[in-house]
Amino acid sequence: MNPQAIIDGLISGSTIGLGAIGLTLTYSILRFANFTHGDFLAWGAYLTLTVAGVLGGLAAGLGAPVYPFSFGWGLPLAMFGGVLLTVALTLGLDRILFGKLRARGADAIIIVMASFGASMALRSLLEFIFTAKPAYFTKALQIAKPLGFGMRATPDQLLVIGLTAVLVVMLHLLVTRSATGRAMRAVSENPSLAGVYGVDVDKVIRVTWIIGAGMACIAGVMAGLLVQIRPYMGFDLLLPLFSAAILGGIGSIPGAMLGGLMIGLAEAFAVQIVGAEWRAAISFVILVLVLMLRPQGLFGQKGV
Amino acid sequence: MTALAVADLQAGYDPDLPIVKGVSFGISKGEAVCILGPNGAGKSTMIKAIAGLVPCFGGTVRLGQTDVTGLPSHVLVRNGMGFVPQTENIFTRLTIIENLQIASQLLPKSERADRIEAMLEMFPDLAARPNELAGALSGGQRQMLAAARALLTEPQVLMLDEPSAGLSPKLVGQVFDTLRRISEAGVTLVLVEQNVRAALALTKRALVLVDGKLAHDGPTETLHDGKLLGELFLGHRAAEAAP
Repeated sequence: MNPQAIIDGLISGSTIGLGAIGLTLTYSILRFANFTHGDFLAWGAYLTLTVAGVLGGLAAGLGAPVYPFSFGWGLPLAMFGGVLLTVALTLGLDRILFGKLRARGADAIIIVMASFGASMALRSLLEFIFTAKPAYFTKALQIAKPLGFGMRATPDQLLVIGLTAVLVVMLHLLVTRSATGRAMRAVSENPSLAGVYGVDVDKVIRVTWIIGAGMACIAGVMAGLLVQIRPYMGFDLLLPLFSAAILGGIGSIPGAMLGGLMIGLAEAFAVQIVGAEWRAAISFVILVLVLMLRPQGLFGQKGV
Repeated sequence: MTALAVADLQAGYDPDLPIVKGVSFGISKGEAVCILGPNGAGKSTMIKAIAGLVPCFGGTVRLGQTDVTGLPSHVLVRNGMGFVPQTENIFTRLTIIENLQIASQLLPKSERADRIEAMLEMFPDLAARPNELAGALSGGQRQMLAAARALLTEPQVLMLDEPSAGLSPKLVGQVFDTLRRISEAGVTLVLVEQNVRAALALTKRALVLVDGKLAHDGPTETLHDGKLLGELFLGHRAAEAAP
């Protein structure tokens, strides 16, 4: 077996894991499976691409690749703008759709169906604005460098893995060590009691959307940087995202990340063992097995 | 000085079917009052409505001089209302200290550590293992943590919904000893309780709710022999009730 599958799995697992973190947070705090989350990844990538285009028009030098990477300073700057715009998109969607349903006391299934509809609308809107033709952050080619043990990776791919690790540690510290994180965990366990403790539940919900949207945008940019940007890129990732969030245990950030890496590795090894045509089935098989054997996931709590 | 004033309160889950039907009473600062009544009388719904957890359809709730009617619970806490629900009154997946830290966020940063320390001194059982998950605590210890959390912010009024529910007689004694200390410290206490004997022993004034209406408001001595309470619970005196 080719050990390259380990690197390939870690790279795709990083994107899946970051996306799954947002999904697991919204699932545990807002208590519904958010089907629009995959589209937040795609919107994050396209919004970043748009900001990068604007920045490139203002200062052409920002697009010049910075060695050893395939992109220039314009991309990280544009990603910052993309995160802000994706956050605005999610908060706007919450204000006009999910928040109104919550205020009416709508059942979770109604909110899930609403998210399904919003997902289709967001995806169609992307296709309408940007067309279905794939787009790219950079046209520069990179040569994968040997890492030893028969594995190779490009600098961009190593950056993705490193950035993911940093973000996961920062988020884990935020949730476990800060007052905001304690409030998030409190709302996740019992929103009504959190109010009695003095926690502003609406504020926690906004923070959750902000973190989830930020992570989704960064994951979308990573996927766009390493592969390509397409309106359906988020939709195609939806099943692996849900599988990772449930495998890791709903509400657990390290769990979502570990779940993402496991899904990524399983997909990469499946490509070698049973063929690339079965890759998409792996997430589904893992999802079904987890739901049957350990529905609380690796780090989740029973009843969540 | 009135700490809590409720006037013509109507509350419940459906405006067409209010559970609390026009209840009025006032509680003075430092007073300890119990709210009694048969099952389904609306006691818990009433204090949840006062605490901002159940919708109010009419009437007013004043905390001191401030009209707090219909405000959400997290705003009420900031206004000086402490509430301990009957069940699920602590975060079991957080540690004891984290439960207290969440409540302490309402205080100025410079006071938080001292107030948590003061609560741990008041409840030594909690101080022995602050980093243990609250879900590992016994029923009585959970009630103590819930009370410590509510007291941490030094509320003007502390309301408790059946603190003895589901506890063994020994633990009920512990919880009521704690409540007695809290009351003696000058905290205004409002207690909804099914354990009538314990509630009457702790408080000096009782409100009896029957079918969502106030059927009696008077000193607890008038209820000690059980005769009047029996009549009120069975509904014989509800029609002539005050106010």
